[in-house]
Amino acid sequence: MPNDTSFLKRAFRRHEIQIAAIVVLMAIFFSALSPGFLSVSNLTTLLESYSVMAIMAAGLLVVLISGGIDISFAAIAAVTQYLVATILVQMGGNWLVAFALAVIFGGLLGAVNALLIYYLQALSVIVTISTMTFYFAILMFVTDGESIYDLPDWFTATIAPLGIPFPVAVAAFVLIITAFVLNRLSIGRQIYGLGGNLEGAKRMGCNILGLQCFVYGYSGVTAGIAGLVQAHRVEEVVPNALIGRELDVLAAVVLGGASLQGGIGTVTGAILGIVLLAIVQNGLTLLGVSSYSFGFVTGIIILASVSATAIAAKRQQKRTIGNVA
Amino acid sequence: MTDGSNSPQQQGNGTPTTAKGEAPFIEMRGISKRFGGVRALQDVNLSIHAAEIHSLAGENGCGKSTLIKVLSGIHMPDEGQVILEGKAHNHLTPDASQRFGVQIIYQDLSLFPNLTVAENISFRHHVETPVRLANRNVMRKQAQAVMDRLKVSLPLDELVGTLPIATRQLVAICRALAADARLVVMDEPTASLSHQEVEGLLAVVHELKRQKIASLFVSHRLDEVMDIAERVTVMRDGRNFGTYPVSELDRRRLGELITGHVFDSSVKPPFSSEAAPALEVRDLSCTGQYTGISFEVRPGEILGLTGRMGSGRTELALSLFGMNPPDSGEIRVNGKSVQFHNNREAIRQGIAYVSEDRLSLGLVMPQTIADNTVISVLNRLTGRLGLIDGARRAQTIEHWIFKELRVKTKTADRPVQQLSGGNQQRVVLAKWLATDPRVLILDSPTVGVDIGAKAGIFQVVDALAARGLAILLISDEADEVLHQSHRILVMRSGKIVGAYDPNRTTENQLREAIYA
Repeated sequence: MPNDTSFLKRAFRRHEIQIAAIVVLMAIFFSALSPGFLSVSNLTTLLESYSVMAIMAAGLLVVLISGGIDISFAAIAAVTQYLVATILVQMGGNWLVAFALAVIFGGLLGAVNALLIYYLQALSVIVTISTMTFYFAILMFVTDGESIYDLPDWFTATIAPLGIPFPVAVAAFVLIITAFVLNRLSIGRQIYGLGGNLEGAKRMGCNILGLQCFVYGYSGVTAGIAGLVQAHRVEEVVPNALIGRELDVLAAVVLGGASLQGGIGTVTGAILGIVLLAIVQNGLTLLGVSSYSFGFVTGIIILASVSATAIAAKRQQKRTIGNVA
Repeated sequence: MTDGSNSPQQQGNGTPTTAKGEAPFIEMRGISKRFGGVRALQDVNLSIHAAEIHSLAGENGCGKSTLIKVLSGIHMPDEGQVILEGKAHNHLTPDASQRFGVQIIYQDLSLFPNLTVAENISFRHHVETPVRLANRNVMRKQAQAVMDRLKVSLPLDELVGTLPIATRQLVAICRALAADARLVVMDEPTASLSHQEVEGLLAVVHELKRQKIASLFVSHRLDEVMDIAERVTVMRDGRNFGTYPVSELDRRRLGELITGHVFDSSVKPPFSSEAAPALEVRDLSCTGQYTGISFEVRPGEILGLTGRMGSGRTELALSLFGMNPPDSGEIRVNGKSVQFHNNREAIRQGIAYVSEDRLSLGLVMPQTIADNTVISVLNRLTGRLGLIDGARRAQTIEHWIFKELRVKTKTADRPVQQLSGGNQQRVVLAKWLATDPRVLILDSPTVGVDIGAKAGIFQVVDALAARGLAILLISDEADEVLHQSHRILVMRSGKIVGAYDPNRTTENQLREAIYA
């Protein structure tokens, strides 16, 4: 038996270090090829444009750790964004009201997933694909696909507390809160337990429905906030702007080491996953490569990451068998 | 096997009394429970004294698990009472049961593989108040305190998923203790433990007793029941058959009580045959696994191969089945030297292998009995155009499942997972026998099978040997190889360390050879 630190833990730390190393290598590679890459303005833009994705990733990470999956968060973000924008346009308000509304709508739409999953005993992937389709279809039907351009001035005005762009500040806040909930709050530890062994969690007396409502509600809340931040950034609300982002976010979180089987994943890993995708996509753009290649490159990176993990696991297994004999 | 005439002894079936005549610690009285039309429990009594080590024995499906679930408050009995320290509960809730101190350790242990040992032991800390800071120091201290009480040492910061099963079991016991257990119920705790690990577990159970904590062992391994329990309650077909002090029983008697059959515990007569060996192994070695293995098995002979886990027995068996190519040495099947690169070649040469882990390796659980039976012979059932010949498929299934192995089922179209362990094992046998083998390798064929079904399996094995199959029986249960084989080889650290004649060997001698 390995002594002080366990294999899984070490493997995970190794995974994070590997991703970090690849991030650094990629950064060096792209800055060598395109001098504009490391410029302050490029990096600021980069951070800003991926902060929406990072906010959603935080929510999805929590769902993945709990042993579920959420495909509907981008649709929830789109619906919440539209609802909140409509209310703000018609009744006015301020950031506090905007956030409160986003949290409430996002949370409620997310909690619907939890109720369906719990009471129908259905797979989360099926339920959230259904709600994604449903939410998005309703949105398009009701709005006729029309965008909202006349957002209030305070909403689109540039804000930069302490010089940090608003989207980046919000993303940082959400990620820190998520890390705190997952690591330091008992409910976060229960979520890890739920993802590690559902039956065991039931037997320990965990409130499964409550936990799932929290988990999917949390994903909905982060989606709502992400929708708000995205509307602020692009200064308009386009109903289908966020659709299709869910798989990018999922890819980033899985790249960061979260397990689709549940129970495993960290905020640090998710951040690294997003940074890696961001760097590669941005680097390719700067090199003038068509954005159509993003999917191709993203796919390769994820396959490489999954293969590396699988190979490491296989090696470990072989070693263990050798030791026994 | 004849039907035993076992009228239950007086003690136990009437009102249970304790040695001191005071109210028992836990008493279940007249418990009946039906599920739809099925009567799971009928007028069952169980009493456990404070700090007693009690065992609940019985075959699969006799109602043990249901009784435990009544005790834990999961099932509400239709009739009867659970009396905890003299206080009768007609509607015991899971919460009340736990608050009284009943802690159940299920067979799967219900641990969190992705969390540390410390967090697993004190997980209740999280559940009690979900929205508060998780205080790791408090949790670690609690875990440490429990470990000290039990006099065990566990790596608190390891993830549970990386620990061996035996260690996980101790984690589960520690967790029960951390929840202030006064009765620890263990459901088949030793099903996946090696002999040594069982000893370790039993030591912990004695430590529990010293701490005035009672334990209830649910088990069908007679050895353990005899070794550890002070009293045993035997259940049969949803009724309790009686409670007996273990000191008044021996293993054979207990087996008879559980099954209602009298067992033949004689050994097999010596085997002699002029026939050429069906399987011959000469100086077979595989680096790091086993070295210099030589033996032969003749048609009709049952050769026992025993040794503890890690002795190389399973690795050797896999080599004979082509799944673990040896480095040097020779394997001869029917006098012909063979070299297997994969198990398809081994099957073609007439070798069948029934694996240790029937659940994960032997059967496709959700598929039907029929599909499982023909999966290994599909290529022989094809007619013209390479399509499966339905009539021949049906014939194969009829022959093996119903005629030869007599699997207890009305139809072969049921999923295998609905069968009992013993019947599942028969389906595995049928699957391999359909390949028409010359050599049958049985690797721990009775793991997880209860005693009645065990006897049934060995009847089949004997019948196969009588028909001229050479059988290699691998098991780490000394009594099993002793009674079921013609000849016994003992493996230790990858070598054969001795050959034994069952007629001149006692079980203890064999045990010593295995565990020396």
